[in-house]
Amino acid sequence: MLDAIGVGSVDELFEDIPEALRLGRPLDLPEGKPETEVYDLLSALASRNAHAEAETSFLGAGMYDHYVPAIVDAITGRSEFLTPYTPYQPEISQGGLQVMFEFQTAMSELTGLPVSNAALYEGPSAVASAAYLAIGATGRRKLVASRGVHPHSRESLVTYGAGYGSELVEVPLADGITDLSALADAIDDQTAAVFLQQPNFLGAVEDIEALGAAAKEHGALVIVACDPVALSILKPPGECGADIAVGEGQPLGNRLDYGGPSFGFFCAAEEHIRRMPGRIAGETTDVDGRRGFVLTLQTREQHIRREKATHNICTAQALNALAGMVHLAWLGKRGFVELGELLVRRTAYARERLSAVDGVELLHEAPVVREFAVNLDAPVAEVLDRCAAEGIGAGYPLGRDYPEHENGLLLALTERRSRQDIDRLADALGRAVGDLRGEKVPEGVAT
Amino acid sequence: MSALGPELTETPMQRDRATTIYERSVEGRRAATLPAADVPEPPINELIPKNLLRERPAELPEISEPEIVRHYNRISRRNFDLDTGFYPLGSCTMKHNPRLNERVAALPGHARLHPAQEPKRAQGALELMWLLQRSLSEICGLPHVSLQPSAGSHGELAGLLLTRAYHADRGEERHKVLTPDTAHGTNPATVTMAGYEVVKLASNERGGIDLDDLRAKTDDDTACLMLTNPNTLGLFDENIAEIAKIVHDAGGTLYYDGANLNAIMGHSRPGDMGFDIVHVNLHKSFSQPHGGGGPGAGPIACSDRIEPYLPRPQVVRREGQNGGEPSFDLDHDRPKSIGRLRGFQGNFGVFVRSYAYMLSLGGDGLQEASETAVLNANYLLARMSDGRAGRYTPVAFDRRCMHEFVLSGAPAKRELGVKTLDIAKRLLDHGMHPPTVYFPLLVDEALMVEPTETETRETLDAFAEAIDAILGEAAEDPEIAQGAPYTTPVRRLDEVAANRNPVVRQRL
Repeated sequence: MLDAIGVGSVDELFEDIPEALRLGRPLDLPEGKPETEVYDLLSALASRNAHAEAETSFLGAGMYDHYVPAIVDAITGRSEFLTPYTPYQPEISQGGLQVMFEFQTAMSELTGLPVSNAALYEGPSAVASAAYLAIGATGRRKLVASRGVHPHSRESLVTYGAGYGSELVEVPLADGITDLSALADAIDDQTAAVFLQQPNFLGAVEDIEALGAAAKEHGALVIVACDPVALSILKPPGECGADIAVGEGQPLGNRLDYGGPSFGFFCAAEEHIRRMPGRIAGETTDVDGRRGFVLTLQTREQHIRREKATHNICTAQALNALAGMVHLAWLGKRGFVELGELLVRRTAYARERLSAVDGVELLHEAPVVREFAVNLDAPVAEVLDRCAAEGIGAGYPLGRDYPEHENGLLLALTERRSRQDIDRLADALGRAVGDLRGEKVPEGVAT
Repeated sequence: MSALGPELTETPMQRDRATTIYERSVEGRRAATLPAADVPEPPINELIPKNLLRERPAELPEISEPEIVRHYNRISRRNFDLDTGFYPLGSCTMKHNPRLNERVAALPGHARLHPAQEPKRAQGALELMWLLQRSLSEICGLPHVSLQPSAGSHGELAGLLLTRAYHADRGEERHKVLTPDTAHGTNPATVTMAGYEVVKLASNERGGIDLDDLRAKTDDDTACLMLTNPNTLGLFDENIAEIAKIVHDAGGTLYYDGANLNAIMGHSRPGDMGFDIVHVNLHKSFSQPHGGGGPGAGPIACSDRIEPYLPRPQVVRREGQNGGEPSFDLDHDRPKSIGRLRGFQGNFGVFVRSYAYMLSLGGDGLQEASETAVLNANYLLARMSDGRAGRYTPVAFDRRCMHEFVLSGAPAKRELGVKTLDIAKRLLDHGMHPPTVYFPLLVDEALMVEPTETETRETLDAFAEAIDAILGEAAEDPEIAQGAPYTTPVRRLDEVAANRNPVVRQRL
């Protein structure tokens, strides 16, 4: 090969790199290892994590331990889906493009909005992307967010906002749900969008229609971040007046993976289609009249429009969206509703069971789907330690994100958590809170 | 006319017209059986007020498990993929994806670890992230790393927000970001999202940045220069030290788009070239499967002066006390941080795969991967430098390339009447994925070829021969390429109609 190139050594191929900028030494990294040793090393690291197979976990807060059906692994593991790239050549990418089209249909159905893209990175950054659309659509820069919106989403809005030049105004919760009058007061004619979450971070189901009305009065967009599984039974945001629905797609067919990769979804009213971020698949025909699919409205996108693009994103998290689509097909029209109903009933049971425990009280009494919050009359960090020792991940401590709920605990259910699991949790929590009741948080222990 | 020519009747795949999963739906069918309710079953509207509930269920397919599997297997066959054939998509680094990486990512300790698990009970995951950070730091030649960004474009946005925070902290407000005319489209799009103004730099006759143009456009309003090196022409900018000096002297930061890091791993490091911030596409250089367009990950590495602003939380290692084991934690207490760019800690599943890849190759293996990538690209370029390819699709800048090279199909268009698009479409009939086409923009009728290190000489030869055959065929009858492809599941699609009247979901 060197002869064909006309050089004497591979080193000559690197001659364009100035001498002073060559590393000139081996990388200070371990030597390559055989497959079996790499497996053992990573397996050893994995064994030091308390995962949802090793404990009974009630952690949620945006990602949930749903059962991922085996066919998801089988289908997403196929080379044909796993190893191609973005469908730039539609004639040989019909499989991936059709999946996008099916996915867009399903997400549009879930959210009740007519247009869906083919997915974004994940949830909170999708919220921030919705802000960018709203700023472009309204020419305004003030964003109003309920304190019930996921803290990671609110923080992403601030981070991205440093670039957009937007300011974020936060609206408090009252009794677990967004304070309607405070929200109305916060919205004015400079407001680009109002951000709500359904159910909100504390698990409470919001009345999107009532909350969104104030935004409409001032011409601000209503953007709702949703748990897609909760949309199995809740009124879809599109039917509540939302302009945009976004969210974290992980509960649909994606593993926890310590936070990613998953996908973010982004659905909108028809009028926003040409401002949407990300890939969108559309139906068309080929020269012989066969039905086919293409990436469409690409003049929105960075590779065509460059600095005038509606977003810089190229990723569609296509494989993760496929996992979501397969999971939805596996659940099917009826199974999806049954899943939602099962979660509501088990969560109602868990809420009742826990609120009967001494030293545990409900943080709010608003209706919930699959997640709820309690206040403990004991230091939450130590309670979590005690429960962990019994093989129970009791939930998500609220103190860091909501200092007003220093000993608050957020608990989530999936179909994998049975009544028996809930009873075990209630007993363990009862013992821990009983032992630790009234104790002060020791200094230096984060809550 | 060729045996693959237009008279060919429909292939079996073409006869099998696209049918969506919704069209396979039959009322009453299903796949899943859910756990029985083991708790009281009050009506749902006693638990949630009726006005907040759906009036009708979402329309999802009603279909059995065997039919779901068959549906997706069938449509999967309408995809071309890297495991099946050559995929020299320039800038995308379509290298082999070792399956070991999938296996270790699927271990329950990784796959079922909740992202909100307390750090003290996720020590293995945090240690893995820390090790990956250290590895990327060594490869990039920059001391600090954040794994948070979800993709290259996300890393770019992080980089410009870091730049903004850095200048703001010094009490400066700067407005301009320089990008060369060879830049990926994400660069200028990111500049706008980050609230900056794009200033485009011209290229010189060697394909690098025109230094005079750079000097003329760099001033105290320059926030940053975003650069890919080797650039999107596959060329290493020999003037990189001077470029860095010009921008640094004016007080700007240097951002390295790591799309092409695969060319120089173990040979040269962005930090040593003077860059402040680098993003690394783990899905390119470090072999995360591309998944049909995601997932990926775009960690960033940076210099000391940028470190205070890195996204939070940051993975940190704390030394053990009294000779104890070190521990790992998430540091949220970063007052100057730009904040979060997304939820939780980033695309951890991608980190596992890329770290497994690094362990498999080792430092020496990564260096060798770059060498082989550059060798393969130069060999293929040499193979295509004479004969028909040399005449009709000559290399845009006649230099030795790094890991990829850009051809111009302008002579083929002019002399044969076949455009780059036609050549690309005809390649599909040869069972190969075309190169990236019509990019970079400064090359007329561009074909951007990146073979990667995991391809054999035989495959490279076959590609050169396919291009030669297509050009030979076009010299005799350009209509064949103009009408291609013929053998794919569908033929050329009407993208104009799809744009004019967008049908982006199924009508039910």
